[in-house]
Amino acid sequence: MIEAEGLTRRFGKVEALKGVSFTAADGQITGFLGPNGAGKSTTLRILCTVLAADGGMARVGGVDIRTDPALVRGRIGVLPHDSNLYPNLTARENIAYFAALQGLAGRGLEAAVDRMVARLGIAPFADRRAKGFSQGQRIRVALARALVHDPDTLILDEPTNGLDVMAIRVLREVIRERRDAGCCVLLSSHIMQEVAVLCDRIAIVSAGTVAMEGAADDILAATGRDDLEDAFVDLVVAAEGER
Amino acid sequence: MAGLGVVFRKELVDSLRERRAMVSALVFGPLLGPVLFAVLTSYAVRSQVDEAVRPIEVPVIGGRSAENLMTHLLARQIDVDHDRFDDAGALRDAVRRGDVEVALVVAENFAEALGSGAPARLWLVADTSNHSARPSMSRLRLALHEYGVLVGVHRLALRSIDPDLAKPVVVFIDDVSTPSGRAILLLGMMTYFLLFSTLLGGTQVAIDTTAGERERGSLEPLLTLAVSRAVLVWGKLGVTFVFMALSLAVCIASFAVVVRFLPLTEVGMAANLTPSVCVRIFVVMLPFAALGAGIMTLVASCTRSFREAQTYTSIAMVAPPLPIVLVILNPMQSSALLMLVPSLAQHLLVTDLLKGEGLDPGLVLLSAAATVTIGLACALATVRRYGSERVLI
Repeated sequence: MIEAEGLTRRFGKVEALKGVSFTAADGQITGFLGPNGAGKSTTLRILCTVLAADGGMARVGGVDIRTDPALVRGRIGVLPHDSNLYPNLTARENIAYFAALQGLAGRGLEAAVDRMVARLGIAPFADRRAKGFSQGQRIRVALARALVHDPDTLILDEPTNGLDVMAIRVLREVIRERRDAGCCVLLSSHIMQEVAVLCDRIAIVSAGTVAMEGAADDILAATGRDDLEDAFVDLVVAAEGER
Repeated sequence: MAGLGVVFRKELVDSLRERRAMVSALVFGPLLGPVLFAVLTSYAVRSQVDEAVRPIEVPVIGGRSAENLMTHLLARQIDVDHDRFDDAGALRDAVRRGDVEVALVVAENFAEALGSGAPARLWLVADTSNHSARPSMSRLRLALHEYGVLVGVHRLALRSIDPDLAKPVVVFIDDVSTPSGRAILLLGMMTYFLLFSTLLGGTQVAIDTTAGERERGSLEPLLTLAVSRAVLVWGKLGVTFVFMALSLAVCIASFAVVVRFLPLTEVGMAANLTPSVCVRIFVVMLPFAALGAGIMTLVASCTRSFREAQTYTSIAMVAPPLPIVLVILNPMQSSALLMLVPSLAQHLLVTDLLKGEGLDPGLVLLSAAATVTIGLACALATVRRYGSERVLI
């Protein structure tokens, strides 16, 4: 469960977040949809505790991100924007490094890494060094790294960026599996279709605030549109007009 | 400190697989330094040896009236040339221009003066501001002086006077320096190369593990993990330290090999680089690797990209060996106060070792404590930086 309440954040003169509030429930995939520069990544980075909010509060799995960031980090699995691997390590070593830092060790670690290698189709290149991996191979390994310690909350920043169809399929399957296992999944995207296919709930972000939040049907009903893209454009234009 | 071993092992494996890191740790500093040193040193020694026996050419005006003197000079490898100049003005201009290192003008009445016992005049024409002409000038001056003494002794002997009466005082120089002590003049440079090699050996690793990781986009995922930031920093620092120590060890070993081939004995020097001295040099200098690791990791962690890190670390690389320049300009002995200055402390202690003098364990401990403390302060500043979001944005 992720609960955010009035998150604000400035970078110099730029007001990136002007009060972001939303919830993402366990056992659901929540889509964070918004145009480039709307504040999606900043919000996710605050929830991952790598950035601090200037104001507002947020809880991840019931834990306040400000009072106990270390505990939050132990519970989340994160796929940051532009996340990359260590080029001199093999795919397996990359996954094992993160597993070890999340507290796994010995047989348990090996089993967890093997499980990820098998599930995400990494086996063909598992023992190759990451230097020269394709984008699809990189994202699979990065996702394996994020999932290896079996987190109860998953935060993914534009995970399907630059992926081919096969890779996107695997990714969607794995994300749905985690949801069905009761995991809280929050993923950001600027691609409408992606969110429409995958997400149970959508929060539309624009100009540093959440313009609307709910299931796809609720959003269509509230905006009086029958196409999600039209609803999205209406909300974004309205939010930017208020700036 | 859970996870420290994990971070250390990963960074070690990562760096061992990085060719740039390996090359700078094992090749650039540790091997090129000693080779450069050997070339410079043997050139210096050779020219010093050659200078003493090299024939020098001295244009002379009026030399035909002083045949004995000319023979005396020729016997001392001073080739007199009577034909090059007739005019004293042209001769002086040539010396001023540097075309001629040193020249001699014999007074027209030289032979008569010498015969009548009056002071016979000679002019040594030289430019004392011309550094390279000084050895030639000294040799000519010494030869002329010897000639004067020789003639004086003959005159006294002819008059049945003991020539020793004209030498009321005799001065002997009692040189207490040892061959290894004299070698410091050349080997003093060695500590500079050692310090430099130490820094160079780990800087690539310091950059790779901090600015490099950030630029490659591997830092942000790492920071979302439930591992303490201090553990991350100490693991990275540890590997940088190991590379610096490795580079130092290889550099000392290659110096020990290189000095065997230097012609030090020809100039009355001996290098005191036995295996046990090498080990002691390593121990004395190891704290500097801790300082180097601290400084380079801090500097690199404050930059945003590989290139930026390289720029700032190369600036930082110049600073630590600077105190040594101070000692070269103004020689000092080891003292408690100087042990507080990193690099200077190591330089003085290594110099003592090379001279074959014993070390004061108190001073060694003091230097190690002071140097490591500063390294520690840099490490803590890095931990602080990793604790804040500025390391990412």
